[in-house]
Amino acid sequence: MPSRRSLSVASAAALIATALGILISYLIHWFPAQASTQAHNTDVLYHVLVIASIPIFVLVVTVILFSVWQFRVRPGEELKDGPPIHGNTRLEVLWTAFPAVLLLGLVSYSFVVLHDNEQGRPASEIQIQATGQQFAWSYQYPPSVTGGAPVTSDKLYVPKGQSVYFNIRAKDVIHAFWIPAFRLQEDAVPGITTHWRVTPTRLGSFPVVCNLLCGLGHSLMRSTVHVVTPTQFRTWIKAQASTASAGAGGAASGTGTTG
Amino acid sequence: MAARLRAPGFYRAGVMMVGAVAFATLLTWAVRASTGHSTFHHFIEANAILTVSLLAVPLAFLIGIGGFDYWFYWAIGKKTRAEDHSGHGAYSWKDYFRINTDHKVIGVQYTVTSFFFLLVGGLIAMLMRAELAQPGAQFVDANTFNGLFSVHASLLIFLFIIPVFAGLANFVLPLMIGAPDMAFPRLNALSYWLLPIAGVMMIASFFAPGGAFADGWTAYAPLSDNAPIGQTFFSVAVQFAGASSIMTALNFLVTIITMRAPGMSFFRLPLLVWANFATSLLVVIATPFIAASQFFVLLDRALRFNFFNAAKGGDVLMYQHVFWFYSHPAVYIMMLPGFGIISEIIAVKSRKPIFGYRMMAFSLLAIVALGFTVWAHHMFTSGMAAWIRIPMAVTTAIIAVPTGIKIFSWLATLWRGVLHLDTPMLFALGFLTTFTLGGISGVMLAMVPFDIHVSATYFIVAHIHYVLFGGSLMTIFAGVYYWFPKMTGRMYDERLGRWHFWTTFILFNLTFGPMHVLGLQGMPRRVATYASQFSSMNLFISIASFGLGLSTLIFIYNMVTSWRGGPRAVGNPWRGLTLEWQVSSPPPVFNFDRVPTVVGGPYEYGVPGAVHGTFAPPATAGASAGIVGAPSQ
Repeated sequence: MPSRRSLSVASAAALIATALGILISYLIHWFPAQASTQAHNTDVLYHVLVIASIPIFVLVVTVILFSVWQFRVRPGEELKDGPPIHGNTRLEVLWTAFPAVLLLGLVSYSFVVLHDNEQGRPASEIQIQATGQQFAWSYQYPPSVTGGAPVTSDKLYVPKGQSVYFNIRAKDVIHAFWIPAFRLQEDAVPGITTHWRVTPTRLGSFPVVCNLLCGLGHSLMRSTVHVVTPTQFRTWIKAQASTASAGAGGAASGTGTTG
Repeated sequence: MAARLRAPGFYRAGVMMVGAVAFATLLTWAVRASTGHSTFHHFIEANAILTVSLLAVPLAFLIGIGGFDYWFYWAIGKKTRAEDHSGHGAYSWKDYFRINTDHKVIGVQYTVTSFFFLLVGGLIAMLMRAELAQPGAQFVDANTFNGLFSVHASLLIFLFIIPVFAGLANFVLPLMIGAPDMAFPRLNALSYWLLPIAGVMMIASFFAPGGAFADGWTAYAPLSDNAPIGQTFFSVAVQFAGASSIMTALNFLVTIITMRAPGMSFFRLPLLVWANFATSLLVVIATPFIAASQFFVLLDRALRFNFFNAAKGGDVLMYQHVFWFYSHPAVYIMMLPGFGIISEIIAVKSRKPIFGYRMMAFSLLAIVALGFTVWAHHMFTSGMAAWIRIPMAVTTAIIAVPTGIKIFSWLATLWRGVLHLDTPMLFALGFLTTFTLGGISGVMLAMVPFDIHVSATYFIVAHIHYVLFGGSLMTIFAGVYYWFPKMTGRMYDERLGRWHFWTTFILFNLTFGPMHVLGLQGMPRRVATYASQFSSMNLFISIASFGLGLSTLIFIYNMVTSWRGGPRAVGNPWRGLTLEWQVSSPPPVFNFDRVPTVVGGPYEYGVPGAVHGTFAPPATAGASAGIVGAPSQ
């Protein structure tokens, strides 16, 4: 058996490594700007997952390094064998049951986050349609948002603090509508309409990225989301609606419907 | 010359391949003419001829080299040439370029061919990293870049990891169970020769009009439906690689079930055999699904079946369900044989029995069953019905439990052992750490809200490389070093082996570790250019990846020089108990001069007087004269 002293050295090292790992996990700048309530929930989930993972990884590495340190073959032991230990039922039940409970706990928590992120907020919710096409995004604002004619634009504006429900469509192949600052994405699939819901919480401009290989121009299929105050949003959408109706009357007709 | 053209071999194959092109051309013209389409002057016609040729030429090649000779003779009622095993063994390097039914020759053919494709796939990866060292266009255009990552993944999955495990098992598995060969030697030879066809076809797609297939190894429809002809090369190559996998898996299953030596009960099987049994179950059940998915794409492309054309009633998401119903079990096909290798090495190099042998076997079967219940976790953001995410997330989390059992069992096997830290063991211990990281990021990805953010980003690229490089490739290196003496009869250079391990282990982590952060920060995968904020980290990754590529040269140099002139290996250099170590290195042409009898478990290290197999007749089994491989005290 390994000496009591070496075991305490290893345990202390493992505890220190775990503490350091958790500390470092807070210092690392993991995510881009956090610009929605969904992003906040998902980032908390991520930190919980990291904190749960560090002790497990440290345990594995500690046992390996301890074995290399204490049990490596010494001169004169080249033909020696270890003790014939075939197993230990109690230990095996423990390392089956404990991870199962931990994993079910974590996945249950992730469902709570998922529910929080996706639950409807119909009172003040607005709908916008995002349409993917090789290799650009366009956005349709329905009459319920513009207060007049539907508007189609290559610009995405959303009001801060208000729930936005996106209807996502594709005209040719599959694209993925991803806004990293919101931590949300869903594929745009030909033939069906997909959705996600976000409540922006931070003013600013953030990248919109196509995140599913869609052909030659995939790397450059980018756009920008502008999170503005509700007042700015209403002003912007009114200006769009008036230029749209002043233009080739009904340029956006038929595209403003939501799925 | 005429005799040469009639005899099976490359000459006959060449003639038949020319005939197959002529057949494809005539068939295409005949069909087009009879349906009122143009002939002799249209590029669609060239695509059609190429498509038919891709199916016909490989079959002609296989017939030409003699892969079907026995069955053809039998089918037309002619006298078949009974297998007298006169072709067994390889006496010069040329023997490896012929149809050969000896499982040891086929094992070497498989392994060397697979490593050739590893080098090609690795070179392609370095081209990609050269392009990605800076944002913007450097060396290749977007189409070529998309082709590079598609061919990289396809080669390394279908032509390296899956077949190299089949190659190693082909060599050692019949020896381990005390069998003279595989159950179906002719099928074994045929399944090997399907592989170079698939690999050459994938690489040749770079020379197709419009470039290589460029829709990723996942080939999502409808993008793949309308891609240039290079995509057809992928659809057809997968059929050949898949057929090869299925034939080999059937062969392993029948061999393990019917050809075990007397006394070799299932719970006396070495865990490598258990692992290949589990893998073969996965292969025969799952592989037909990827064949189907690519046949759908082929029919969409060639004949406009509109399986995945939404405008004509097609179902776009169905492609992904069928594809992942294979391709998720495929990651276990690419991992379970590695688990088997690690179990062999850790037991022998720790001089201790595997801790919890039965749980190790049952956990493999649990992974097989659960492996079929998690596929839609690749589709959390696909737009499928939202409720499917819930059960798939639960099963994805739970499948980590049997994998965890294996990790803990290996750790407990190390505990209080006598650890021999040579190259195979270093790779095994390195595997335990990197694979644990890959498993942890896998569990994170089961959490739906987190997966929604990182799906299809560099976080996924990092995860898959921690599992397939830090997991599978580490076990492959461990296994190749471990059985190198058995396969070649020579010892490898231990010092070079250690250099190879440390350079690979360190540079692997420097290459793929930072990719986790890139993905979280918002860098998508499969892009030739990226936002400038990611440039310094990408440059760092590219430099590390070039070092990682170079570290492989140490391995190649060690393998080539040791095989040619390394010191002769004894039969049992590691003092292993399993049967493959009880014969000479390399083994006799027919494996065992006398049939072994198995009288105990495979890992009874440290048990005084323990015996796994003996060459004495059963009645006197255990008598001291017959004992082999008794552990030294």
